[in-house]
Amino acid sequence: MQSLRLRAVIALAVVLLGLAFMLPSLPGVKDSSLGKILPGKGVSLGLDLKGGIHLTLGVDMKTAMDNSLARLGDDLKASAREQEVYILRPNVLDENQIEVTLIKAEQKDTFESVIKDSTPFAIEESTPLEGDKVKYVLSVSPKYRSEIEKLTMEQAIKTIRNRIDQFGVAEPDIRKQQDNRIQVQLPGLQDPERAIKIIGQTAHLEFKMVDDSADLKKAQQGILAPGRELSSLLHRQANGSYAESPIVLKKDAVLTGEYVSDAQVRLDQWNTPYVSLTFNARGGKIFTDLTGENVNKRMAIVLDGKVYSAPVIRERISGGSASITGNFTREEARDLAVVLRAGSLPAPVTILEQRSVGPSLGQESIDNGVMSAMVGMALVLAFMVIYYGFSGMVADIVLILNIMLIMGGLAAFGATLTLPGIAGIILTIGMAVDANVIIYERIREELRRGLSASQSVSEGYGRATLTILDANVTTVIAAIILYQFGTGPVRGFAVTLTLGIITSMFTAIFVSRILFDLYLKNRSDKAKLSI
Amino acid sequence: MGLQIIKPDTNIDFVGIRKIAFIISAILILCGLGSLLIKGGPKYGIDFAGGMIVQVRIDKATDAAAVKDAVNEVNLPGLVVQSIGLEGDHEYLIRTSSSDITSEEVRAKINNALTDNLGASFEIQRLEMVGPKVGADLRSQALEALFYAVLLIAVYISGRFEQRWTAAAVMAAALGGCVYGLGLLDLDMGWLILAALFITVGLCWYLKLNYALGAVAALIHDVLITVGLFSIMGKEFDLTIIAALLTLVGYSLNDTIIVFDRIRENTIAKQGKMPFGQIINLSVNQTLSRTIMTSGTTLLVVFCLYVMGGSVIHDFALALLIGITVGTYSSIFVASPILYGFGPSELPKTEED
Repeated sequence: MQSLRLRAVIALAVVLLGLAFMLPSLPGVKDSSLGKILPGKGVSLGLDLKGGIHLTLGVDMKTAMDNSLARLGDDLKASAREQEVYILRPNVLDENQIEVTLIKAEQKDTFESVIKDSTPFAIEESTPLEGDKVKYVLSVSPKYRSEIEKLTMEQAIKTIRNRIDQFGVAEPDIRKQQDNRIQVQLPGLQDPERAIKIIGQTAHLEFKMVDDSADLKKAQQGILAPGRELSSLLHRQANGSYAESPIVLKKDAVLTGEYVSDAQVRLDQWNTPYVSLTFNARGGKIFTDLTGENVNKRMAIVLDGKVYSAPVIRERISGGSASITGNFTREEARDLAVVLRAGSLPAPVTILEQRSVGPSLGQESIDNGVMSAMVGMALVLAFMVIYYGFSGMVADIVLILNIMLIMGGLAAFGATLTLPGIAGIILTIGMAVDANVIIYERIREELRRGLSASQSVSEGYGRATLTILDANVTTVIAAIILYQFGTGPVRGFAVTLTLGIITSMFTAIFVSRILFDLYLKNRSDKAKLSI
Repeated sequence: MGLQIIKPDTNIDFVGIRKIAFIISAILILCGLGSLLIKGGPKYGIDFAGGMIVQVRIDKATDAAAVKDAVNEVNLPGLVVQSIGLEGDHEYLIRTSSSDITSEEVRAKINNALTDNLGASFEIQRLEMVGPKVGADLRSQALEALFYAVLLIAVYISGRFEQRWTAAAVMAAALGGCVYGLGLLDLDMGWLILAALFITVGLCWYLKLNYALGAVAALIHDVLITVGLFSIMGKEFDLTIIAALLTLVGYSLNDTIIVFDRIRENTIAKQGKMPFGQIINLSVNQTLSRTIMTSGTTLLVVFCLYVMGGSVIHDFALALLIGITVGTYSSIFVASPILYGFGPSELPKTEED
């Protein structure tokens, strides 16, 4: 049995610590002079209480992989060319393979050594074709694939973070989840649709030459010259919607968004906004050469597969800037500039889950939650005093301490309080008295057996402690599993429940015992105990 | 001494009336299962089924049918409108099942339809969209969570109560193996869990882990009844309901374990002096006062949550209300009689702790 004084000091220290972390959560304290000395910033509120947006984005890993394979294929073609080995344009197959055709069979050995040396490809099969050609099917190793997946996820998260930063959201939370998913939480944001548009846009910008000699009718029937593709040119209508007309482009992009260093909204002489792009040094040089070589031809500006404009190049354009016009509204132009500045996503993303809560509902939820907690707590407090008398008051004191410690604990661990979290606290209020009740009923039994007050208290605590531990461990198990499997709000609930159980054991077993010991300390053994 | 709800010398013959309790439980479970069968399984909310919900509050008295009429013309697939919260809140959930229209379109459509047809101001308070893939993932995660909770708890009880950690470990290993094997069969998650639960009960029985058997059986009993009642009331299952179910698992066990603890203590103290049935009766009676007090205070606060907690948390509180009531009932009338039915397990030679 430790000394009473030591236990009291420990209890007081814990309570003060909890109080220090809890106080900043109260309105008014955080910004006061007291709030400045206290640690932490108080409990942060979840999206369901603050209002805001929760998104789960799925990254289209297949497209990312196909793009990456296509790029590797191009690299392979280039390396082969350096050895004067010629292959046809590589084709990306399903199952992470590419197909290349070697034109001259006698170069087989050289080509195979090129494959070995310069790329992560391994040869799956090679089939001689008629004539002198050999068809190869190449595949990349699983290790390389997972490397690509990792890079893609990292880049996607970085890009999304960039965009959100430019969009200006306080405390955004962006994190990777399993299965190539990204979770984005934007507290306090009012305009979910616009945010989704900005986050979700791939913003893959390409400049491609227009093939004006192509026959549009044939192209629409699917007859295209090699290296050409059919795309659609957007025309903005007076009512704001877009009409599309077919256009044939050369497949290879002459320049891409990677070379863009800045994008800004500007106004032309008719006050129509457009997006002005600035290239980096290398991009500027490519653009200057390109425009010089292609005077009087049309160049298409392609964003995510749609042609926004296809102006005729009148002269060589130096200075490293270009513009995208498209009769945008000012907001559209601004959002487009944001996504172009932040860079393109390495793969398209789809919105798998979206939850947006208006701020008014959030406030209402807090009010309702706090209100029902107060009423519930008042009822329990009153009931305990009526039922157990003085001991009921001890139980009430530790119950209030308990709530305080939960709030302090949430703040200290940086946990987020959600609506189910509030429910967890409310449930804890109900269950927290359980430990007291178990102890008190035991003490009553011992008193009935004729033991003195202090003996009964000692016996009661001793016998009840293990029971309480047993009972609570199972609840903690349930809570831990909730945390492990749950997402968002369910996790918040699990955290508060676990914290509530730990603090309620501390207050009910440790703190309340101190109070009883203090009460009984200077009394005779025959003292009556109000319980 | 303060008030007493239960007199100290109360001696209700709980073991004697176990048949009546079993009949009541069986009826409740069968009704629930029947309802689930008739309705083709639980009614999943968008968390699990996918789809979109929009919560609106309307500034005048109206009803779900009027809101539905107002929204009907914009042709949202699988449109369902329901009133939520308490009367006087005028809050409605508009639900649509489509996955190929964007949330932007749905928001705009509902906005237009309500502005044109309702003649009252309103506010879109919440919009949630869950894709079908995420919904399916969440569903299997939730079921897995329920299952692992039961499994770990069974292992804990066997070890803790009967000092038979080896048997508990054997059970854990066997179960792990079975679940892995069943996983290879590529069964639906629901069946997988049902199978795993049967294996748990079977293993508890085979290894004579009677305390765990009683506790797990009581637990399955509580979850089945709560799920059944939810189905009968036509409530939807979403993530918060799963949270409520897991809480109830914790709560119900909490209750059961406190009674079992007493049974264990009394078995050791009165071995040979009293038949097992009487020991159980004595223990349940001794803890009755505590059981009623704790359930009472918990129900009191959960009831406050139910009445005042607001629309979003309403069903969660309802699940807890049902769960805590059923959990309290089961720890008195189900868990202990099951323990009686199988007799006391072998006791540890010495009282440890």
